[in-house]
Amino acid sequence: MSTAITEPVVPYDEVIAEFDPVLGLEVHVELGTATKMFCGCPTEFGAEPNTQTCPTCLGLPGSLPVVNAIGVESAIRIGLALNCSIAEWCRFARKNYFYPDMPKNFQTSQYDEPICFNGYLDVEVETDDGMRTFRVEIERAHMEEDTGKTSHQGGATGRIHGADYSLVDYNRAGIPLIEIVTKPITGTGKYAPEVAKAYVTALREILRGLGVSDVKMEQGSLRCDANVSLRPSPESPLGTRTETKNVNSLRSVERSVRYEMTRQAAILRAGNKVMQETRHWHEDTGVTTSGRPKSDADDYRYFPEPDLVPIAPSREWVEQLRAALPENPSVLRARVQAAWGISDFEMMAVVKAGALELVAATVAAGADQAAARKWWVGEVTRIANERGVELVDLPITPVDIARVEAMVGAGALNDKLARQVIEAVLAGEGSPDDVVATRGLAVVSDDGPLLEAIDAALAEAPDVAEKILSGKLAAAGAIVGAVMKATRGQADAARVRELLLERLGVAE
Amino acid sequence: MSDTPSITRADVAHLASLARIDLPPESLDHYAEQLAVILGAVAQVAEVAADDIPPMSHPLPLVNVFRTDEVRPSLTSDEALSGAPSVESDRFRVPRILDEA
Ligand SMILES: [Zn+2]
Repeated sequence: MSTAITEPVVPYDEVIAEFDPVLGLEVHVELGTATKMFCGCPTEFGAEPNTQTCPTCLGLPGSLPVVNAIGVESAIRIGLALNCSIAEWCRFARKNYFYPDMPKNFQTSQYDEPICFNGYLDVEVETDDGMRTFRVEIERAHMEEDTGKTSHQGGATGRIHGADYSLVDYNRAGIPLIEIVTKPITGTGKYAPEVAKAYVTALREILRGLGVSDVKMEQGSLRCDANVSLRPSPESPLGTRTETKNVNSLRSVERSVRYEMTRQAAILRAGNKVMQETRHWHEDTGVTTSGRPKSDADDYRYFPEPDLVPIAPSREWVEQLRAALPENPSVLRARVQAAWGISDFEMMAVVKAGALELVAATVAAGADQAAARKWWVGEVTRIANERGVELVDLPITPVDIARVEAMVGAGALNDKLARQVIEAVLAGEGSPDDVVATRGLAVVSDDGPLLEAIDAALAEAPDVAEKILSGKLAAAGAIVGAVMKATRGQADAARVRELLLERLGVAE
Repeated sequence: MSDTPSITRADVAHLASLARIDLPPESLDHYAEQLAVILGAVAQVAEVAADDIPPMSHPLPLVNVFRTDEVRPSLTSDEALSGAPSVESDRFRVPRILDEA
């Protein structure tokens, strides 16, 4: 439940006419390592509370952290994929604060020596003048650890305010995080919300391609904080920013930036000052509410972590990792589009559906690119939308789709039956071959039963037969429809039409 | 340089509350005196540290001490919670986090 405070806002086009927005995005990625960043505890999502802890991640006296090699490797690979420089030498630092989500009373992070710095990511946004590329500059990407999970008890809303006490599960405490911070993003004008969304989308695509995280925003393995400020013009100094948390879907990245722009504009227009504070995004109501203002508590008294030795990635190691990077998604897109020979518009449809890798894998599994696109962008996307999940999270694989398409190509299934097979696979009835066997789905290819069904349909509708005989071939559709119905969709409609005309002795 | 840094009762009380240490008021002066002596001793380092000596954060000349990403057994939740002052539903129960505004 959200607080019922509604703040004044300014219509978006007026915001754009009067102000220049500046963004800053901080993305936290939970790595998909088997163990935590500084201890050997497992990282599985959804385990029973406090069953994935040890003296190190509980901060018990006498325990010592040791760095997870894959955590460092993943950080470097992410940095390289974001065109960053990789530090020759850097350290961890303690970020001291008193809050029970970290049992150590500090978070092991990096401060002024991030492992990756000075990168960029080009993102594409649809503008009034077609696709336009915006370069988002990356300030840094650094290693740190996740916090435990607190749930607030008592009070009316389960939120921290008004809670009587809190319960803490430390399973998540210590899971490796990479925090990726942009430089101030300027020059986006009215496209600021779209650029924010495109950045997080592109970043997620890169991270997924690297295989370093499952990047599920709804499960919190990818989290975005959006900093927004407004200034009168691009020449003015930066305005006061707010930092919106709890933005956990791509759609809310865009919506929360847009909302915050309209809210800040109302404050500035009234001659007031925007307060520098943390704000919380409410998906249900589409507004942000005040969190807490910056305070003395934000003095984290960082100092170098004395329990860990510095990290000094050798240049050989870095170059090895660089050479083994997967193809950058935007380069991949251009290459694939050329190979398939499809238009920008058709390519956009695939990308927007989040289906590029799936379609490519389906093609690799033997399907024609047009057919692979048709299934993923059409039928399967429709079902994903119905279920409110991402395409990749549906229980159907590119190999399944390629198999269905192969059966269509061989004439064993028609489109209608193929859709039934896909639905059945998604309903957990097994592979396409299992479904076809169990449900007895197959195009009736034997002419005998088809001719019987045609004769029956003609007998039912002698008037239609007359029409066809008199040359009104369009009327054949009614008979074909009746035959399709009689064979429960398992006939090849084109073959039925052919047989029907033959039967009546009418030429096409 | 050899001046003993001054630590007040209020400083000690503040540090104690940050560190969640329950210090009786009558011991504050005692600790203030001791902390001042400790800080004074540490401050002597500044007398020998010249500009050509880089600050260090670790006594060992080591880098890249890594662990392979292999799971080791964790504690059971009973073990993990055994030192908790208060437990509920297999979780650490902690007092209200923010003072009510
Ligand atoms: Zn642990």
